[in-house]
Amino acid sequence: MSTLVIADHDNSELGSATLVAVTAAQKLGGDVTVLVAGEGSQAVADAAAKVEGVAKVLHADDAAYGHGVAENLAPLIEGLAGDYENIVAPATSMGKNVMPRVAAKLDIQQISDIIAINDDGSFDRPTYAGNAIATVKTSDAKKVITVRGTAFDKANAEGGSASVEAVSGPGDSGKTEFVSAEIAESERPELTSASVIVSGGRALQSGENFEKYIEPLADKLGAAIGASRAAVDAGYVPNDYQVGQTGKIVAPEVYIAIGISGAIQHLAGMKDSKTIIAINKDEDAPIFQVADYGLVADLYEAVPELTSKL
Amino acid sequence: MKILVPVKRVIDYNVKPRIKSDQSGVDLANVKMSMNPFDEIAVEEAVRLKEAGTAEEVVVVSIGEQKAQETLRTGLAMGADRGILVVTEDMPEPLGIAKILAKITEEESPDLVILGKQAIDDDSNQVGQMLAALLGWSQGTFASKLEQDGDKLKVTREIDGGLETLALSTPAIVTTDLRLNEPRYASLPNIMKAKKKPIDEKTAADFGVDISPRLETLKVTEPPKREAGEIVPDVDTLVAKLKEMGVAA
Ligand SMILES: Cc1cc2nc3c(=O)[nH]c(=O)nc-3n(C[C@H](O)[C@H](O)[C@H](O)COP(=O)(O)OP(=O)(O)OC[C@H]3O[C@@H](n4cnc5c(N)ncnc54)[C@H](O)[C@@H]3O)c2cc1C
Ligand SMILES: Nc1ncnc2c1ncn2[C@@H]1O[C@H](COP(=O)(O)O)[C@@H](O)[C@H]1O
Repeated sequence: MSTLVIADHDNSELGSATLVAVTAAQKLGGDVTVLVAGEGSQAVADAAAKVEGVAKVLHADDAAYGHGVAENLAPLIEGLAGDYENIVAPATSMGKNVMPRVAAKLDIQQISDIIAINDDGSFDRPTYAGNAIATVKTSDAKKVITVRGTAFDKANAEGGSASVEAVSGPGDSGKTEFVSAEIAESERPELTSASVIVSGGRALQSGENFEKYIEPLADKLGAAIGASRAAVDAGYVPNDYQVGQTGKIVAPEVYIAIGISGAIQHLAGMKDSKTIIAINKDEDAPIFQVADYGLVADLYEAVPELTSKL
Repeated sequence: MKILVPVKRVIDYNVKPRIKSDQSGVDLANVKMSMNPFDEIAVEEAVRLKEAGTAEEVVVVSIGEQKAQETLRTGLAMGADRGILVVTEDMPEPLGIAKILAKITEEESPDLVILGKQAIDDDSNQVGQMLAALLGWSQGTFASKLEQDGDKLKVTREIDGGLETLALSTPAIVTTDLRLNEPRYASLPNIMKAKKKPIDEKTAADFGVDISPRLETLKVTEPPKREAGEIVPDVDTLVAKLKEMGVAA
């Protein structure tokens, strides 16, 4: 049994979601190989080689792989797939984009977003916005799997000493051209790996209010900032702040929901947080049904008071 | 340009799903069903391209039980021109759906297929990418903006770190994210008009593709319940709790 893990990275650092995928791969049993496909990505390959439990790193360095274009990456992975029983990627935007393309080419029904690997070879995966956990078993000889980032521990980033082998694939498919990216640089912890998250909803009413009320609290707590869909749709904060069924899945130590009602689509993304705190002026808001500590208050009074007292 | 839009009939997003007591699945009897929200966004985008004169024809297609016809009618009322209903006994898995859609795409030869990024029932997020793979086409997934740029399609994608723009050669597959547009409500006259628009009915067997399931669902269960905690009286109590948890000094 052997597993190929597709690394998610930005050509300089190995994403922490990859460490989670490595843990899931280890649970599947057998050797774990990590594929680092990128451009100028030697540092990532070196980092992957140090991850505990990784037996081998395959490194494909080519301009075609620099931006994770699925049309280029998928044929590379298909070419390598023969040697592995499982092909695993984190359920990040990279994994979600590329893996079904690989699966279809190999005639495999992908298993998306797994949260558990059971002893009988079955997998648990959330469906219906996390309201129904399906336990599924596949009859496909090979498995293509994406792994939910909050469901397994991160593999130790140090302690391994895997060999790094250069590999190459068909390169540029010529189908799709990368034009540009707008990636926000932030001093804050990354949303999906932060231990504290302060999230704001529609009640914030503007981007300025996010800066005025949410940011200072997040600064005090060293927290990442998240948001509901309503706050993102209204343009208060960028799209990558959205927590939920169709946004980011998070499970920090502490999640503070401010002016968020708690729709099932939002809960789907944060209800595995260890402690949930909600501030909402409506005592009947559904968020209080999942909150460990709820404060019924106007956020425009409560949040500045909270920030000043911390 | 001709655009194909696959639309799925799913549980309405406002309904909280109930698990059947025998753990065989979610109880959909007498539950409000609607078009998958991401597919509404896909139909809206296609109709806007038609209204802008970029597209000539918009075809909606749904695979599922006979009642999926209602979902097609919704798409027709929003402005699609005609529908294709593929009746199946059981809902195929994403790979099976993609195989049927690949056949329909070969027959219809659209320049663009716009799908939702994810069906809100199975939450798979697979069909669009699989269809692109089977056809060997370009893919622009999780789109928040779509523009024609000469013979290319410029797609802005919502990715983990922010946004990314790709130029796709056509024909192409695009999957929608929430910010692509705000779908319209169909007006009453358009709902009436949609009743006269043609729907071509087929069965899965007509396509001669293997859609037998690969996954066996052993059980469907409720996630562990989170108990509601306590309502704290004031900010000071909250501060004390945060200190207890060690997240505040
Ligand atoms: C296909 C689909 C996918 C979706 N995916 C997601 C997703 O991934 N993530 C997500 O979040 N949503 C998602 N949604 C949207 C979801 O259904 C809700 O519409 C959204 O979460 C509501 O955001 P909100 O709680 O900020 O706004 P609202 O529901 O409007 O709630 C605002 C809350 O603020 C409170 N409030 C108002 N003023 C104050 C004040 N001064 N002080 C304190 N409290 C105040 C109100 O009492 C209310 O509870 C999705 C919807 C669909 C259809
Ligand atoms: N039964 C179906 N009929 C038509 N389109 C579908 C069907 N299932 C999935 N799709 C399309 O594929 C998208 C992604 O679905 P999924 O991969 O199942 O999350 C949906 O948003 C639809 O556009």
